[in-house]
Amino acid sequence: MSELAEPFVRTALAPERRAPISTTGFVGFVRTRLLNTPTNALLSIIGILLLWFTIVPTVKFLLFDAVWQGSDRTACLAENAGHTVGACWPFVQAKFTQFVYGFYPEPERWRVNLTFALAAVLLLPLLIPKVPAKVPNALLLFLAFPVVAFFLLHGGGLGGFAVGWTADALSNLILSIGDAGAKLTSLGLTAHPLAALPLKWLGDVVVILGTAALYLVFPLVWLKQQIQASGQPVWADFAATAVIVSLGLFVLNGAFRNGWRALVLSLAVFAGIGIVIAVMGLDRGGLPVVDTRLWGGLLVTLVVSVTGIVASMPVGIALALGRRSTIPLVRMFSVGFIEFWRGVPLITVLFFATYMLPLFLPGNFTVDGLVRVLIGIALFAGAYNAEVIRGGLQALPRGQTEAAKALGLSHWKTTGLVVMPQALRHVIPGLVNSFIALFKDTSLVSIVALFDLLGSLRASFADPVWATPTTLFTGFAFTGIIYFVFCFAMSRYSLFVERRLNVHQRS
Amino acid sequence: MTANPIVAVEGLNKWYGEFHVLRDIDLEVGRGERIVICGPSGSGKSTLIRCMNALEEFQEGKIVVDGIELGPNLRRVDEVRREVGMVFQSFNLFPHLTVLENCTLAPIWVRHIPKKDAEAAAMKYLERVRIPDKANKYPGQISGGQQQRVAIARALTMNPKIMLFDEPTSALDPEMVKEVLDTMVDLAKEGMTMLVVTHEMGFAKEVANRVVFMDAGQIIEANTPANFFANPQHARTKLFLGQILR
Repeated sequence: MSELAEPFVRTALAPERRAPISTTGFVGFVRTRLLNTPTNALLSIIGILLLWFTIVPTVKFLLFDAVWQGSDRTACLAENAGHTVGACWPFVQAKFTQFVYGFYPEPERWRVNLTFALAAVLLLPLLIPKVPAKVPNALLLFLAFPVVAFFLLHGGGLGGFAVGWTADALSNLILSIGDAGAKLTSLGLTAHPLAALPLKWLGDVVVILGTAALYLVFPLVWLKQQIQASGQPVWADFAATAVIVSLGLFVLNGAFRNGWRALVLSLAVFAGIGIVIAVMGLDRGGLPVVDTRLWGGLLVTLVVSVTGIVASMPVGIALALGRRSTIPLVRMFSVGFIEFWRGVPLITVLFFATYMLPLFLPGNFTVDGLVRVLIGIALFAGAYNAEVIRGGLQALPRGQTEAAKALGLSHWKTTGLVVMPQALRHVIPGLVNSFIALFKDTSLVSIVALFDLLGSLRASFADPVWATPTTLFTGFAFTGIIYFVFCFAMSRYSLFVERRLNVHQRS
Repeated sequence: MTANPIVAVEGLNKWYGEFHVLRDIDLEVGRGERIVICGPSGSGKSTLIRCMNALEEFQEGKIVVDGIELGPNLRRVDEVRREVGMVFQSFNLFPHLTVLENCTLAPIWVRHIPKKDAEAAAMKYLERVRIPDKANKYPGQISGGQQQRVAIARALTMNPKIMLFDEPTSALDPEMVKEVLDTMVDLAKEGMTMLVVTHEMGFAKEVANRVVFMDAGQIIEANTPANFFANPQHARTKLFLGQILR
């Protein structure tokens, strides 16, 4: 032990000096990190050898031994090329349109391109933090764009508008209720005497209720008939909807006092919708219909994965909140829903949606095959997201909700303004993880006869014009690169977002 | 006791499961009165003030806050919370919002005040707690004492009639206790009704009208600070004061 320490007061501050040369720079790095001990030196050598044996053949295959030009398989044969043949790029060139569009009819492919361009134009400003007007941008991308994209890609037009749809939906619902009542009554006539009377009464009551409801919606149905009778059903219905909704918003927002803003906003939105209808000719039947069975390639991959990612978020948030709800019924439903979808493989979900669901649905009621797959994937991914988001919710200290409540924020405002923003930030890595997994899992749709990117690729292998020893490798390498570009971009962008949002955690 | 109490607690009883945390609490707080509540940990002092803005429910008794009655079923929660501001031990600022956004969140979303007016008002309160220059910082970028002062400003933006403080200085570094206490003293001088759970006896002596001592879920003794410190009556109070005043 030392002597009693002398009192010490620093008189001159130690100056800052440069680090020793041997620990900085490339030489320093090699010396201190790669070769500092015999084990590390050995590991470095093995690592370099591994890189040598993987990267060199890959580059050789993809670039140096590759065949770049040709019109059929003969160009990619070793005897014609004069050297060992690597990647057969003419095959990719020849099949490129198939990889992107599938069997989408050639004269209509501009619609796909236009959709891609629209998506890019709307998505890019949203991804760049500095660009203003995020809210209208997001509304356009997530609400308006899907509808426009549907009519662009699928085609077809409108037969009416919201008034017609509401009238149809309501009267169908009420008619089916009346139907059920009539069936109950007739069942009462044939059933066991004990059950007969209550059944008949119940049936009569239901029929009466149905009839009453029919009178209630009669004004709407009458309006719809007037609209249909007019020469321009779409535009008449559109105008009626615009007037009803705008007036409703005007009154709800305080009428003559301060409802003007809502009125103007609503009219502007309807004007936008009107312009879209006019430009796309939706009132005149729209673009020629391209059945979803003809869609394929990257188009299907992107449609399925983007819809899945976007639609699974609200599903996930709702289920995560539901699972923590204090209402037992909501909680039980959420738990059951999540466990069901997590317990079933995606392939089963897709099979069920494609081949078995139509058997259970009433005869004349069909949903498009692609839509069924989209719904299945959205619910499947939603269940996974729900658990990821629940993790974020649980990481939040209870004090946050207490502070929000003490300020008088309601439960939903607390959730929306304080809890969710923080919870979602915590789970960005987990969410992006499931998004990337979902993006790659979309290749499973090829088992239900949808030709996504991978499906189109495999279909193209069947072409004898391009049957060469390296076609298979070239094709998979090409699609692999495409998948990698998308997944890597998502991953990097999520890191960027994480760093940006976590500004507050750095001091 | 007080002629026209702003808070009246009558026969309050609360259980956590089988554990009886609050027993027969009766307490009246006059307008502009400043009460310091002290006691050993687990004595129910935090639970008591948390009942007053309905962060905790209770099983028996009633609390009337500025004419709004809170029964065991907590129906008029929103009205009460608008009257009462609360400051927590662990600050509980919203880390994803800037200091200014922390202070405008509730005015904008609860009182529906336009954003510009809410920001102007918030800046006024931030000046009052003497940190307007930190308005655009995030809570993680400022010190604990500054965070707690922001929390006070945030509560004040809702124009509460009563302020509750739940051990506002016990999570702070010793160097920062004073700045928070000074802010609270200023607030007291402006005539705010305050209920403060704290062990800062200096603060109690300086600003409190009454000191309430709690133990085992009951009010053991309540007196003016002068009498409370100079002449404690109950044996438990004497023991407690003997422990903390050295």
